[in-house]
Amino acid sequence: MSELARESSMQRPHEAPTQRAVPAQVRPYRPRVSRFWWLRRRSYLLFVLRELSSVFVAWFVVYLLLLVDAVYQGPDPYRRFLEWSGRPWVLVLNMVALAFVLLHAITWFNLAPKAMVLRMQGRRVPARLVAAAHFAAWGVASGVVAWIVLGGL
Amino acid sequence: MARRSSSEAIGWLLFSAGGMVSALLVPVLLLLFGVVFPLGLLAPPEHAHLSAVLRHPFIRIALFVLCMLSLLHWAHRFRYTLHDGLQLKQLNKLINLLCYGGVVAGSSWAAFVLFG
Amino acid sequence: MPDTITLQVARYRPDTDAAPTMQEYVVPLRQEWAVLDGLNYIKDQLDGTLSFRWSCRMGICGSCGMTVDGDPALTCGTFLADYAPGPVRVEPLANFPVIRDLVVGIDDFMRKLPKVKPWLVREDEPGVADVEFLQTPPQLDEYQQYSMCINCMLCYAACPVYAIEPDFLGPAAIALAQRYNLDSRDQGAHQRMDVLATAEGVWACTYVGECTSACPKGVDPAGAIQRYKLTAATRTLRSFLPRGER
Repeated sequence: MSELARESSMQRPHEAPTQRAVPAQVRPYRPRVSRFWWLRRRSYLLFVLRELSSVFVAWFVVYLLLLVDAVYQGPDPYRRFLEWSGRPWVLVLNMVALAFVLLHAITWFNLAPKAMVLRMQGRRVPARLVAAAHFAAWGVASGVVAWIVLGGL
Repeated sequence: MARRSSSEAIGWLLFSAGGMVSALLVPVLLLLFGVVFPLGLLAPPEHAHLSAVLRHPFIRIALFVLCMLSLLHWAHRFRYTLHDGLQLKQLNKLINLLCYGGVVAGSSWAAFVLFG
Repeated sequence: MPDTITLQVARYRPDTDAAPTMQEYVVPLRQEWAVLDGLNYIKDQLDGTLSFRWSCRMGICGSCGMTVDGDPALTCGTFLADYAPGPVRVEPLANFPVIRDLVVGIDDFMRKLPKVKPWLVREDEPGVADVEFLQTPPQLDEYQQYSMCINCMLCYAACPVYAIEPDFLGPAAIALAQRYNLDSRDQGAHQRMDVLATAEGVWACTYVGECTSACPKGVDPAGAIQRYKLTAATRTLRSFLPRGER
């Protein structure tokens, strides 16, 4: 409705007929958005890749549950899971997934200070410091997980 | 005129929580179990050790939360990617149903594996 | 440096053209010439039928925004020498209807902007007309960045969400809402929330971040939106405590 109002407001009153055929309505040109708009710019492509990283996060959940299930089932299913995880296609899939998950983590921690505005003693904590704290937390969390998995607990 | 959307707000909060825990925990787990152990760069942990770790109630709860929030994170991003990236606006309801249905199914599976 | 450069300029004559076409002009290439100077040279010396908007030539009026070599830019602040030896493509701002040549219609933005009440809203009015509202420098710092917006629309041209979802309130309108929300003298934040915390408001944004890269005044609309998402989400959580909304 508002679209119509806008278009009609831009219409010019008809001028005296000229020799050329004048279209009935003089309307603004509205370009259509291509379905592949995200290929147009590097930053758009990076954005779409960042969003697609979530698919690999979901894949990780599936992979993790398969692992946990195998461990609960006993030593033999666990050994079979390890063999399966070494198959070329699984390995390649997991390497690609790792790349995407790293993209997710890095972009996520860089964006975190945009939403979080922290204050200490009345002063705003610089965005870089907030991001650095996130990266530090990432390092600690990864260390703890690796320590547990590799036999620390 | 649209109204305030509390469902969008809750969806975004869960998306953010999932983004945070998955960014903190998924890379190291995927690196170890998806790449390092299969390639033989490090010996995979003994079954007895992993089994003991996974039977710890705290670990079970932590893994369940990780699975559920990660799936919620996926659902939010993926539905927007379909909606904007492929311009499937008219299929919005179906997309939401598939994405959040996936969350329910995946979380149920996680609960079944971890606590069943 | 060569002494001329070719401008490939988008032409659209609504009475005869079905779609824009490109026309080439050769203009002098001078160290201190911006793209806008090249366009003015065309208008004055080569082809008086070319239409485009401009006013101040110093990056403050916000009317000369166009797409230069694919990027949204203020043509008064984009220098021809940076594109030598050329050619340089000059097109109208993306995501807006083209009225003629390089002139776009911004009625959509003009309709959306007042919805976020980009002015100081006071609950205690009337009766305070002669009262001074004091503000400390740290309070000014809270919003000053957002007050630099000149409504040039480059952020809308850079935003793919706005391209796909024309109902999206958009970067500048949300950043300007935050400019007043974060102002210590303002009391209208909860009124603006009715417009901002909607599916067409901040929740439509997927943080591509291009609005911030495009902004010639360093406003960071993407950051403003992201920050408001957290504000709106926490407010929603709190609203569940006393009375369930919706």
